[in-house]
Amino acid sequence: MNAQASANDFILQVEHLSMKFGGLVAIGDLSFQARRGEITALIGPNGAGKTTVFNCITGFYKPSEGMLTLNRRDGSTYLLERLPNHEIPARAKVARTFQNIRLFSGMTLLENLLVAQHNKLMKASGYTFLGLFGFPSYRQASAESIDLARHWLEKADLVDRADDPAGDLPYGAQRRLEIARAMCTGPELLCLDEPAAGLNPKESAALNDLLMDIKNNTGTSILLIEHDMSVVMQISDHVVVLEYGRKISDGNPQSVRTDPRVIAAYLGVDDEEVETVLTEVGDEDVIEQLDTGPDSAHGPGNSASMMAGPVSDSVEHADEGERVTVSKGASKAAQVDARAASIASKPQSAAKPAAKSSAPKTAPKKPAAKASAAKAGSASKGKETAAKPTAGKPGGRK
Amino acid sequence: MAVTVSSERDTVATPIQRAFREALYAGAISLGLFVLFIGLRTDQNISNELILVQRWGLLAIVVIAVTLGRFVYVAYAVPAMERSKAERAQAPAVVAEPGFLKRNFNRIGLVVLLLYPIAMVLLFGFQGSLKWVDNFGIQILIYVMLAWGLNIVIGLAGLLDLGYVAFYAVGAYAYALLGTHFGLSFWILLPAAGCMAAFWGVMLGFPVLRLRGDYLAIVTLAFGEIIRLVLINWREVTNGSAGISGIPKVSFFGLMSFNVSDPNYIAKVLHIAQSGAYYKIFLYYLALALCLLTAFVTIRLRRLPVGRAWEALREDEIACRSLGINTTTTKLTAFATGAMFGGFAGSFFAARQGFVSPESFVFLESAIILAIVVLGGMGSLGGIAVAALVMIGGTEILRELDFLKAVFGPDFTPELYRMLLFGMAMVIVMLWKPRGFVGSREPTAFLKERRAVSASFTKEGHG
Repeated sequence: MNAQASANDFILQVEHLSMKFGGLVAIGDLSFQARRGEITALIGPNGAGKTTVFNCITGFYKPSEGMLTLNRRDGSTYLLERLPNHEIPARAKVARTFQNIRLFSGMTLLENLLVAQHNKLMKASGYTFLGLFGFPSYRQASAESIDLARHWLEKADLVDRADDPAGDLPYGAQRRLEIARAMCTGPELLCLDEPAAGLNPKESAALNDLLMDIKNNTGTSILLIEHDMSVVMQISDHVVVLEYGRKISDGNPQSVRTDPRVIAAYLGVDDEEVETVLTEVGDEDVIEQLDTGPDSAHGPGNSASMMAGPVSDSVEHADEGERVTVSKGASKAAQVDARAASIASKPQSAAKPAAKSSAPKTAPKKPAAKASAAKAGSASKGKETAAKPTAGKPGGRK
Repeated sequence: MAVTVSSERDTVATPIQRAFREALYAGAISLGLFVLFIGLRTDQNISNELILVQRWGLLAIVVIAVTLGRFVYVAYAVPAMERSKAERAQAPAVVAEPGFLKRNFNRIGLVVLLLYPIAMVLLFGFQGSLKWVDNFGIQILIYVMLAWGLNIVIGLAGLLDLGYVAFYAVGAYAYALLGTHFGLSFWILLPAAGCMAAFWGVMLGFPVLRLRGDYLAIVTLAFGEIIRLVLINWREVTNGSAGISGIPKVSFFGLMSFNVSDPNYIAKVLHIAQSGAYYKIFLYYLALALCLLTAFVTIRLRRLPVGRAWEALREDEIACRSLGINTTTTKLTAFATGAMFGGFAGSFFAARQGFVSPESFVFLESAIILAIVVLGGMGSLGGIAVAALVMIGGTEILRELDFLKAVFGPDFTPELYRMLLFGMAMVIVMLWKPRGFVGSREPTAFLKERRAVSASFTKEGHG
């Protein structure tokens, strides 16, 4: 990952990206790279700023600071933060889907895919003037665009419903159609915002196949936000973990799932206790047992890994959506804590029943995140349960 | 057993019983409502004093009418409707083959429109046909053209434009001013007026690009008023409220003129009797040609990427941007194209009237055009044409209904109730067909078969 190799290996380089909404730092100094031809997953708890990163990459937000470099296959380089919104898909060839599906619901599936080929067809129709008089060149381009649309409808297994309105499709099919529509723009980087959200396991598996097919057959690199760890761990080559707008881990799926910081972020364990937890819990199998119920946000059977998080975590955050409501400096405090923890934790790490007190332990994260008095009460309770004198900490975090 | 018997009796007896009960309630409510409105009336007597006139007879008639009406409705009309509905539900869902009229609607409509002036001349003679060709035919066609133009902005691109009449005015004044001052012909000024209106469409479009929904509507409304006020106050150019008169007539491509004094007057060239009807018939066909041009361009544009982008913009603007569509230019082209057809209609209007004044371009015109688009079904050309026929033709025909005087007495002037009936008709149509006459949407491309998209999926756009 040195700068030398970056020019061709990396399709997207995010350097020192910051996004501030007023005083709120949604993303702070984020840097990561996405390799060409790979699937890069962007994960993190709700409100970590993943969608904000997407919105910066696809031009819906102008980042406050930082550089977003996109290297296309032909060697041309685009600085995404300088391109107008609509030119990012058109020129830099970055396509995206949305967390809440945005299809043209009153148009048929075929029309949806034809709209995606707008720029190509605009040129072929001589910016409408040639097309208005029915020039053959436009007719040919139009037939080609229908062929491409048919190709992607077949890939998405939707060709039987090509002439139905998109709004009439079931949810899972709408997700696939949105991906097919994004692919019709001929992208080099495809950004998928929670493509598996709300899918049942079967649909989720079909989605995995579609994404692997895109990766293997089109050479399109994929950047993926996902909460469904069965999708992330199976198909992604590289995982970036965000928490409160900061990168806390970066690497292949295996290394990320054993990263103590990631575990802390998802399970809400105090930083000082991470090592304890690790030593006590040993491996992921035990942590899996902590997830007493299925992850309510994603339906049954999806909490296949430790990173799906316990129920309490996802529920607490769910009502926040992707809106970042972190008090300023919360994440910084966490870093400071982490540093302090590495020094101070060893002597204090008396044996604690980590496995049993998982729920109270999630609590101490909450006051830091939301600075709410109500939560502080439960937080202190959590501390008491843990029987650990960390008196200075709650105040320090706020 | 007992249960079945009682239920049987219920189904037989209940409607009548219920009807009695509801009729009594309705009678009581109407008595309460009308006892002061109808039963008593204040009036002046001969010595200019205020007196109370009692009208118990009239009150009794109204209350009895309400009671009986409710009784008949509940006892007979409702069961009959339910029965027919049940029968329809029971009948196997035959895919109703659209009738001959429905299938060939466009072709039949076109033939009727082409033959209309000839039929009128044959029926009423040259002089008698004037009213029918001019007041009905041309008037309706102008509104059809305006509504089809506005349909591009509202029906396709989903941008709520309440100031459309501004472009109509720009077109009309462009023709009036350039025609009277420079003597240019209609055939040069028609495209010029269209271009000018399109230019103003872009001028309006730029500042309102960021606005959506209600906010857009307000700004376009203001724009329409600004244009009208400029026309009133810029006396040196527009002659203010007095308007511009003496606008040259349209010639038949310069070959034949419709001015009696000209050497190439049509009657002299063709050696036929002199009549004013020729010009009206010519204008009718000209308006029809302009309408067909508008329809042709609209249909073609819908199948081009720009038309699809308009519709996509109506459905979801953010998704459009994520697909690389430049929403700025897409919106501006929608405004410009819609305005251009408004300009065409305006210059035709000026040529037909021979006189323009700001009075013709008030907000009511915008509202009527908008109402036609909404009633017809946004995006549907056929529905809009029918709506224009109903709205404009309907209000015009009220002038002709002299027999109503026999019913309501000689003081009754149906024209005065035009707007009342107009409003009532709109309310009824909107209740009956909330998405307009033609709510469904024709897809612009298809893989296997063309199926209309139900209105429940299409969006109206957010502005």
